[in-house]
Amino acid sequence: MRSPTAYVSVLLLVIMLTALLGRAVWQLAAFDSGSELPRLLQNNLAASGVEHPVTAVLLNFRSYDTLLEIAVLVIAAMVGISMARTRSLEDPELRTADALLRALLRWFVPLMLLLAAYLLWAGADRPGGAFQAGAMLAATGVLMRLTGMPLDFLRPGLLLRIGLVLGFALFLLVGLASAIAGEAFLAYPPGLSKALILSIETLLTLSIGMILLALFVSAPVNNASEPEEGEQ
Amino acid sequence: MSTPLLYALTGVVLWGIGLLGLVGLRHLLRKLLALNLIGSATFLILVGLAQHHNGPDPVPQALVLTGIVVSIAATALGVVLIRRYFHLTGCTELGNGAEGSKEDRAP
Amino acid sequence: MSNWLMAGLLFTPLALATTSLLLNFRQGRALAWLGMVLQLLVSVGLRGLVKQEGGFYYSLAGWDAPLGIELRVDGLAVTFLLLTTLVASGCGIHAGIYLKPDKPWQRYFWPLYWFLWAGLNTVWIGGDLFNLYVGLELISLAAVGLVALGGQAEALRAALRYLLAALLGSMAYLLGVALIYGQFGTLSLAEVAHQVRLMDQAELMRPALVLMLVGLALKTALFPLHGWLPPAHGIAKSPVSALLSALVVKASFYIAARIWLEAGEVVATQWMAQLIGALGAAAVIWGSWLAWCQPRLKQVVAYSSVAQIGYLFLLFPLTFGVDASTSLQAQQGITLQVISHALAKSAMFLAAGNLILAVGNNRVDALAGVSHFLPFSLFSFGLAGVSLMGLPPSGGFAAKWMLLQASMASGQWWWILVLVGGGLLSAAYVFRIYRASFLERDEKDHFYHPDRRLEVVAMLLAVASLGLGLAGSQVLSVMALPFEEVQ
Repeated sequence: MRSPTAYVSVLLLVIMLTALLGRAVWQLAAFDSGSELPRLLQNNLAASGVEHPVTAVLLNFRSYDTLLEIAVLVIAAMVGISMARTRSLEDPELRTADALLRALLRWFVPLMLLLAAYLLWAGADRPGGAFQAGAMLAATGVLMRLTGMPLDFLRPGLLLRIGLVLGFALFLLVGLASAIAGEAFLAYPPGLSKALILSIETLLTLSIGMILLALFVSAPVNNASEPEEGEQ
Repeated sequence: MSTPLLYALTGVVLWGIGLLGLVGLRHLLRKLLALNLIGSATFLILVGLAQHHNGPDPVPQALVLTGIVVSIAATALGVVLIRRYFHLTGCTELGNGAEGSKEDRAP
Repeated sequence: MSNWLMAGLLFTPLALATTSLLLNFRQGRALAWLGMVLQLLVSVGLRGLVKQEGGFYYSLAGWDAPLGIELRVDGLAVTFLLLTTLVASGCGIHAGIYLKPDKPWQRYFWPLYWFLWAGLNTVWIGGDLFNLYVGLELISLAAVGLVALGGQAEALRAALRYLLAALLGSMAYLLGVALIYGQFGTLSLAEVAHQVRLMDQAELMRPALVLMLVGLALKTALFPLHGWLPPAHGIAKSPVSALLSALVVKASFYIAARIWLEAGEVVATQWMAQLIGALGAAAVIWGSWLAWCQPRLKQVVAYSSVAQIGYLFLLFPLTFGVDASTSLQAQQGITLQVISHALAKSAMFLAAGNLILAVGNNRVDALAGVSHFLPFSLFSFGLAGVSLMGLPPSGGFAAKWMLLQASMASGQWWWILVLVGGGLLSAAYVFRIYRASFLERDEKDHFYHPDRRLEVVAMLLAVASLGLGLAGSQVLSVMALPFEEVQ
């Protein structure tokens, strides 16, 4: 057990650091910076292919960030699947005796799927987009899983892995295609921005939904492991 | 004191609470939650400070969206690892000086 | 031409990661060889391009900074790209033979490997602060995944410690980025460096700089924030440890160095610079001492990493408040140190893996008799040790020589003690391994002889680190090239 002096000294240290941070933020708030970024964004919004500035930033101006963050999600999903109990996803432990939930799902699932599609579509000119829709899809899957439904497409096999990388792969191919066409990597050809963004977002929605759901489903853990180097 | 600045200062306080939790708590899941708190605090400061200067600014909002997704991935990875660690050892804490606890096989 | 090369550089690792996910370990291995060749072609091509025409900025998605993300391809970046190609290829080839292909989780090795490589590339050419954050997270999560893959409780413990430390480091860095965006309204490092020189209240950036440096120091395992490194690097499979020690810890250091060189001169104080140097010196001493004490072979090598990382942080005091030529000398010395350490440490970890495979045990005192029956692997380990000790003609020697000169020229003579003393301390733990392996046990060869190719890879990397001193001027010639001005 840690001694009381250790606790108190850690507390005091953290309080001091917080105070310093607060002072830094306060001083920066008083300093007049004047960023030209919002104005630049407004000027170029029309050329980006979508009306909503956040979507434009995510999928056009700073698309490389988005590409890499999908890669990060895929990494998490891979590590999760690698530890999952393989083969059967029919897990009786997870089946709930909650008849109310099972009955309500008949109403919830179509509504949630519809809401996910709406969120995806709305991302063009109001808050929404691939991540929100993907999270909605995953939530639907989680609810279905909680009633013990065997979601066959989530067996750790080739189909699951294809689903995980589909959105990422399309994003990457679009980037390469524009580079081959002579523009910079990830630059959309003029005129095709909206169509490309929409197709990328659609596949991303499906992939993100599958990634998040696979992470939830991979909760049952397998026992297999290999010994450390030099130990048997 | 504008509203965004209030958010930023709240973020500062949350950073402190999160840091205290990360360092002081022992249960792995709570450490992970503390890290999430730190993440949310950082996003608050990012958006709050920027919007205090410029008004509604889509760039930090987009950055925070990216940050949230990265944070989800990291948390999910952490949870999966903790789950497996618990399954294999029954412990929920890391413990100190656990190296050398296994006997090395004699030649 | 540059467009093709950049697209190839960015596309290849990510595409290979995607494709490897759909294949199994053996197929992924065959594909990986293709990928390594492609990356080698692209890295050499980019280096030639920069050598010919000077460095350039590359605007991703066709949008210039500050609206879009800008990549900075200069001499230092292409050098590191080429280094990554060499070291990661070596580790990948070793892993393809060393790892057991039939384990169910092994198919995830290649995707994690390629994502790690993609993250490293992103960091070396990064010019946008937030993009660097995403690149760092990509690297960290891939590295944690590689450490935990197929592991038992001990490996998971190490991976969890690594994850928590890495995430805290990233968060501190991101907080610094948040403060910088609040102050300057841009995320482009070049733009920030430009603006901070124009303003008269440069010390407003100091909290952000401190936060970023602390976060990055945690990720680079600078003393006293090094606790997560020895378990993680010691327990992971040898090719993974090699990747981690050689390249992954350098990525966060690279970002810290870039920020310091761009903005540190006007924002930081002498006190900060000297403190960082002092922590580096403490790392050298503490790490070497602990390396000498460890009973397990890979832990010796892991603590050796902690010690060698300390040298890198001498960059900070040696480039602050000194004249331009001394600063350049220090930068070149540190570059050589990073390269030679990457080559030597990867060789050392791969050789250690071979030795452990041969002996069937990971303790140092189980190595008795190895010198007689497995000279090849031991020799690569020894050559790598020569570079760590800083003996001529190795890269380590050339690097230390330049740092010594920079220390004398800047009047900071106390770092000379650290450089010389550190060399002696590394000799202590390297010779401990030699001694253990030169002991005769009995005349019978009851070692398992690892695949020849495993030993060849380790040897090639060790020889490269040794020969670096001879090729040093070649390597450094790219660094001082002209670079296009900030628009």
